[in-house]
Amino acid sequence: MCLGIPGEVIDFLPDQPDLARVDVSGVRRVINVGLLAEEEVVPGDWVLIHVGFALSKIDEAEAAAALEFLAGIGQAYEDELAALAESRIE
Amino acid sequence: MRFVDEFRDADKAHALAAKIAALCEPGREYKLMEVCGGHTHTIYKHGLEDYLPEQITLVHGPGCPVCVIPMGRVDDAMALASHPDVIMTSFGDMMRVPGSNGSFFDAKARGTDIRMVYSPLDSLKIARQNPDKQVVFMAIGFETTAPSTAMTVLRAAGEGLTNFSIFCNHVTIIPAIKAILDSPDLRLDGFIGPGHVSAVIGCRPYDFIARDYGKPVVVAGFEPLDILQSIYMLMLQLSRGESTVENQYTRVVPWDGNAVALRAIGQTMELRPYFEWRGLGFISHSALKVRDEYSGFDAETVFSVPGVRVADPKACQCGEVLKGVLKPWECKVFGTACTPETPIGTCMVSPEGACAAYYNYGRLTRQRVKEASRS
Repeated sequence: MCLGIPGEVIDFLPDQPDLARVDVSGVRRVINVGLLAEEEVVPGDWVLIHVGFALSKIDEAEAAAALEFLAGIGQAYEDELAALAESRIE
Repeated sequence: MRFVDEFRDADKAHALAAKIAALCEPGREYKLMEVCGGHTHTIYKHGLEDYLPEQITLVHGPGCPVCVIPMGRVDDAMALASHPDVIMTSFGDMMRVPGSNGSFFDAKARGTDIRMVYSPLDSLKIARQNPDKQVVFMAIGFETTAPSTAMTVLRAAGEGLTNFSIFCNHVTIIPAIKAILDSPDLRLDGFIGPGHVSAVIGCRPYDFIARDYGKPVVVAGFEPLDILQSIYMLMLQLSRGESTVENQYTRVVPWDGNAVALRAIGQTMELRPYFEWRGLGFISHSALKVRDEYSGFDAETVFSVPGVRVADPKACQCGEVLKGVLKPWECKVFGTACTPETPIGTCMVSPEGACAAYYNYGRLTRQRVKEASRS
């Protein structure tokens, strides 16, 4: 729950611009980007995701470092990814 | 050393460790608290205490939201969940937290409709799909997850949903830090500030720690080198007799935080007069409740909640662990009666709890670290 996981923004849902499809370690899911309303977010940007919401914009190097860190955490990250895979935000 | 191979930047870590050691005054003991459970996890996972001079002790703080939930709130949540019309929804981390009559998992096994969700927005979806049921979201967490709950309440209000509410257990980190600073049990020299909480609240709320208590704060990232770098920054301030707030984690944390997130919290929630924390007792203005304007989304208004207060199990010393007074292995039941599979105390439940982190990673060096912390 507390893990911030990096995802790459793929595109935005046409009828709901505060929802974006992101790719997290190969899992594609919808998240809410409303908390970044004061920043410009475009496809290809990396964001740090907490419980279905993008909380911060990060650069690609930070995303790679964060993913490596998470992979090292093991079970807790696998549980978070499994939970994300079950998520169907709309 | 065992951990040297385990992360890529061990050379850099040793270089930083040498710089840290050079800043230690002979004969002076340093106690630095990492507030955030994510940091605790990294410290144990990578054996960072092994890199530090024995004069420096890392004290694990209360920043694990699952760990600070008092048993009474779990029982209240269970009472809500047992209502025949209710579908209770919860993050996975919360599912194993024991109440007086077992955990959410136990209740689910007994047939109570409790569903694990990744996001409060998943709860919202369950509410849309089950208009004849009341869907309650067990909202927990510090300022990292509070914005998500707030945004979900705003969305539910926007959609005019009448069968969605939250059982709000959001807590705020600053009053907990203040309670620890005011506690006579513990003398701390500085704080490793939480990373993702600070992405929301920014760095300014820590000013009082430096200004009024004269202790340095460095907001830190989660990688091993981030933490060592932050310890170096703290030690540099201490060696100069300074106390300021610094941000080591500029990659993610803006100095002023996330204004949209803070507005969403402020719009939907307000501070409770007081709230009980496991181990820390009642702390004033330390938790959030739903504002009256959104009372239709407040499970404590929609339903009657017993509001029970339950003493923690006698054997459990989570309180001392959360205040940093005891190291996990100094608890009487650590690793014997209390394990991640069968937790008695909350610190053993969450992977970010000090006990679980230590149980999973730290046991091999227990003796060495124990000796270091006593020397």
